[in-house]
Amino acid sequence: MALTSTSIELTLGPLYYNWPAGRLADFYARIADEAPVERVHLGEIVCGKRSPLTIDAVVAAAERLERGGKTVVWSGLISPVNKRERRMTRDLMQGDGLVEINDFGALKDRQDRPFVAGPFLNVYNEAALALLASMGCRRWCPRVELSLDAISAIAAGNPGVEVELFAFGRLPLAHSGRCYHARQNGLTKDSCQYVCEKDPDGAGVETLDGIPFLAYNGVQTLSHALHVSPFSSAALRRSGVSALRLSPHSGDMVAIAQTWRGFLDGRSDLDALLAAIRDEMPGFDLVSGYLAGKAGREWSGVIQPAT
Amino acid sequence: MLELVCPAGTPASLHAAVESGADAVYCGLRDATNARNFPGLNFSPDELAASVEFAHARGAKVLLAVNTFATAGHTAPWTGAVDTAAACGADAIVAADLTVLDHAANRHPQLRLHLSVQAAAGTPEAIVFYAERFGVKRVVLPRILSIPEIAALAKEIPVEIEAFAFGGLCVMTEGRCDLSSYVTGRSPNLSGVCSPSECVSYSSEAGQRSAKLSGLTIDRSAAGQPVGYPTICKGRFVDKGEASHIFEDPVSLNTIDVLPDLIRAGVSALKIEGRQRGKAYVQQVTREFRTAIDAVLAGQRTGTADTLAALTEGHRSTTGAYRKTWR
Repeated sequence: MALTSTSIELTLGPLYYNWPAGRLADFYARIADEAPVERVHLGEIVCGKRSPLTIDAVVAAAERLERGGKTVVWSGLISPVNKRERRMTRDLMQGDGLVEINDFGALKDRQDRPFVAGPFLNVYNEAALALLASMGCRRWCPRVELSLDAISAIAAGNPGVEVELFAFGRLPLAHSGRCYHARQNGLTKDSCQYVCEKDPDGAGVETLDGIPFLAYNGVQTLSHALHVSPFSSAALRRSGVSALRLSPHSGDMVAIAQTWRGFLDGRSDLDALLAAIRDEMPGFDLVSGYLAGKAGREWSGVIQPAT
Repeated sequence: MLELVCPAGTPASLHAAVESGADAVYCGLRDATNARNFPGLNFSPDELAASVEFAHARGAKVLLAVNTFATAGHTAPWTGAVDTAAACGADAIVAADLTVLDHAANRHPQLRLHLSVQAAAGTPEAIVFYAERFGVKRVVLPRILSIPEIAALAKEIPVEIEAFAFGGLCVMTEGRCDLSSYVTGRSPNLSGVCSPSECVSYSSEAGQRSAKLSGLTIDRSAAGQPVGYPTICKGRFVDKGEASHIFEDPVSLNTIDVLPDLIRAGVSALKIEGRQRGKAYVQQVTREFRTAIDAVLAGQRTGTADTLAALTEGHRSTTGAYRKTWR
């Protein structure tokens, strides 16, 4: 089916997890060749310690993706903590590439040139986004805890800013100065031995009653469950959303993106989308509560937990 | 000058803090515009005006916390809170939302702005952004920096530093934590609450006592043992078959032992957490810190952390990130 100008775009968000360089190269090569996504975010956003391990593979991936017709966006760190990480952020912002800002400290070095406002910026109302728009914000990916009604109200006040909804993946819920992978392995952040590499989707955590609950990924805490936006293209457009962001996980992201494309284009229904996600990511509950203005771990009427 | 900044959930606590030696007291209005939006807490505009008068007459300042994020489509209560602070003669507002800061900078240029910890500004670049854009004069630092990092930061920023000295400890970066809304639908940024009390329940089964949040077990202890308030980051969870406090033990911050180092690092103000705590707590902690600060400034030794131990969560305290043990 030909895409019309009002099609909802698909974006592959930045990878949160510590995948080795070889896996990254293979992953982005397949995305470049096969995934129906318009944009791909690259760059380490969770832990600046990881970047030197993969930077060569990531730069090569950017070239490969651009050859494949994808638009590459460089995402900045959520929380730069030392001089090297601050310099990384500054270099990114001063460069000519498309960038995503995840910390307000990066705005100064962007100097009013275009940027994407990432989901880690505290933008909760239309006036805050308008202020960012006056500084160069062209696209906004809302905080994950915002409801679709709130996003819609903010979008309505900012017709010049594209809205990209976080639509698939473990929800990034919190960020800390303490590394939980290090803590759980009896190490410290400085001597971490990069143990986070063992968990390609983060490490799942259960409640004392055995209910899957959260996941940790270095200094980041995520939901155990996968968040899935259940809305059709028409509903998204009505709310001012023009793109969906899919967060990379260990399942086949090409298959997941293809299924999503089919759902947005009306070629398959929500049940088919959820079934495909369960096939690729077995053992994960599916949630969508935040978008309905409820607790994030709930599911709206159309989504059922995994059985 | 080192300012002791103390919490007040009620006018009575504000009076107690001022009379116990607080240089400044912070409080919030009785609505969602502040991060302790709890039932029975906070100030009406009239109470705020009377409290400012009371504090000023005794040489103390009043800071109004307008430190949540204005709701989409309903920003008027937040800009209104800034107007109220200015009308009541508050000495500063403590804010995090761009909308709140922008309104204050444009409409009340004489009103002093402090950047709330909820803004999560921990780098010179972020702090300078708020200083240049809105004229922020002081930053309340996220509780994730070590003392050497604070000392280095102080040399790079044109604003005063306020650091947390005592009380509840967020192990997650403040303003960047959605754990509470993931479980309950309400969070610090959305509603000014964390793990709200109306979602808390306790139950006993098989000789054990469980603390639950919206039905999820956050902690459990043997009968007769105390079980803590179910704040998610302080709960016990299971990782690879083993239960532990994965994120943080149920402890409180107490900096009495590192006070001289914090002051040498260039901190201008020390903040006591706890607007939700009662008047007796505010009184006791304020007195202890007044005595300790005066001792340090006079070149004498401070007491030990033990003197405040009875007031800490689970009677256990930590110096948090300040001592670099997280590294």
